[in-house]
Amino acid sequence: MTRSAKRRGELLAGYIVPNRPHVLLAPEKNRGWQSLHDAFANVREEIAESGADLLLLFSTRWVSIIGHQVQADPAPKWWVVDEDFHEFGSLHYDLKIDAEFGESYVRAAGRRGLHARTVAYPGFPIDTGSITALTLLNPDNALPASIVSCNMYSDRAETLVLGKAARDAVEQCGRKAIAVAVTAFSNRMFTEWIDPAEDRIHSQKDDEWNRKLLELLGQGRLEDVSQLAREFTRQANGDSKLKAIWWLAAALGQNNDYRGRVFDYQPVWGTGCALVGLKPIARTAANLEYDEDDVESFTGDRNVLSGDEDES
Amino acid sequence: MSTNGKIVTGCLAPHPPHLVYASNPDRNEPRSRDAGPWKVLLDGYANLRRRLAQRDFDVIVVHTPHWKTVVGTHLLGVERFSGYSVDPIFPNLFRFRFDLKVDVELSRAIHDEGQEAGLVMKMMENPEFRVDYGTLTALHLTRPAFDLPIVCISSNRAYFYYSNEVGDREMTALGQATRRAIRRTGRRALCLASCSLSHRHFTEEPAIPEDPAFEGIYNQNQRRWDEHILDLIARGETRRVMDEMPDFIQQTMSETSDGSLSWLLAAMDFPAIPGKVHAYGTVIGTGNAIVEWNLEPGGDEDGP
Repeated sequence: MTRSAKRRGELLAGYIVPNRPHVLLAPEKNRGWQSLHDAFANVREEIAESGADLLLLFSTRWVSIIGHQVQADPAPKWWVVDEDFHEFGSLHYDLKIDAEFGESYVRAAGRRGLHARTVAYPGFPIDTGSITALTLLNPDNALPASIVSCNMYSDRAETLVLGKAARDAVEQCGRKAIAVAVTAFSNRMFTEWIDPAEDRIHSQKDDEWNRKLLELLGQGRLEDVSQLAREFTRQANGDSKLKAIWWLAAALGQNNDYRGRVFDYQPVWGTGCALVGLKPIARTAANLEYDEDDVESFTGDRNVLSGDEDES
Repeated sequence: MSTNGKIVTGCLAPHPPHLVYASNPDRNEPRSRDAGPWKVLLDGYANLRRRLAQRDFDVIVVHTPHWKTVVGTHLLGVERFSGYSVDPIFPNLFRFRFDLKVDVELSRAIHDEGQEAGLVMKMMENPEFRVDYGTLTALHLTRPAFDLPIVCISSNRAYFYYSNEVGDREMTALGQATRRAIRRTGRRALCLASCSLSHRHFTEEPAIPEDPAFEGIYNQNQRRWDEHILDLIARGETRRVMDEMPDFIQQTMSETSDGSLSWLLAAMDFPAIPGKVHAYGTVIGTGNAIVEWNLEPGGDEDGP
């Protein structure tokens, strides 16, 4: 009997973690970066005690065009160098990937109408966000991981479906998974070189919006934050429209029934970066109104301008 | 090496990895069945290569959309890179071995000229840095021998962080800085803008990527704009191309928003000669043109 036939899997918790390599490669250059680096230890401890057997990541730093890609090389070993911050050094990695789960995730995505595929190529450049997160959350590869890309064209509906497919796959494979959204909040970087010690959130407006979202997340109101994502992105230049939050909220069940904990919040080169934990609890989210549409399956690009070559 | 440097030729040299895949070079691992729908572009590149082989160059300068930098413009600052490049977007098509030399002196000269002009500039000196596939693809398609040193210029995000107009202003300054550096260092340069025109992709791919039944422009708006821009180029109206660039970007998601074409036009000082359009075709929905500006005396009058 296979493992998937033995038990029904579940998502034990969700985390939001920073996606910039500064906290791994150069934490000593800024107190905030060091603080984030150190706060990873608290998340690492929680995960170690959770009984999880899979870390499932969505990274905004892994951009795809052809649908969504899921890493399925069981032991990727290579290195990458950040496009901007190459002088901080190289990120060498040697990871453990749950390739079987990756295949299941792709099938689950396909059942919901998404175009998805696994990638398993020696030398494939795993993104700096995923490497930073996995190195700090799972330094000894105690848990296998899975990583899914962020499609540059996808909007909320497609991303929600991708999150639901993640949940499908976890349940069907019998995994005890931790979902990790690798993302910034406000994503306005400084466009000039700064003294790292002087780093700050790019603007007060970005800072206030970040703090509002973190206040809600601290109350466990993940679905509220998911539904605020469009406005947040308009106001505070959300990282990739906050797709990682859409994905996380959909994967975890689209509700506000979590015990939220904000481990840390700091600037990284002007962006807002936080470590947040969300553990499901039994609670009824009363008196809340969700305005955004929900969607169960993806029906394709709304390419209304396409058509016959000759429209004359 | 010449004492008075100049840009000998400028090219719009798009970088779809599909074109490398479709031509099955030894250095690329995946194998295609045939050239499929991309034959017109491959033929255009072949014609361009034939013509470039008749001119002498010291260096190839590439502006690439796939080295995306937020903090200013960066240049490769290590003398040699070799290795294996896997395209993160199309790893099924592009797994490419490369070995190339960098003209660090010219790179640094562009860095210094840019800085002098008020741009944020940075030399990239980490020897483990992975040269991006936009650079490798454009180089392979224009000069597959990889026998000339290169300069590789990153794509600053000004268009995305500020506006298309700000981006164009920065690229104008960068192009002018590039021209001054080439002149000062005495190089005879081939400059490549490694970008598509319209740039909305299909988000699905057939099981056989070269299946011609799948290929076509994403929508007719993109094609019309591409044709319009190419018409301006063929008439030598490069300043008008620049004037219309912000609208073109906005209405077609053009990859010129990565700055490559604006940089090239400015580096060439907006030549009023007709650009030679070698080919136009689509790759996974995007519009791609191969264009050459021969800046040698009488270059605008030469044959096919």
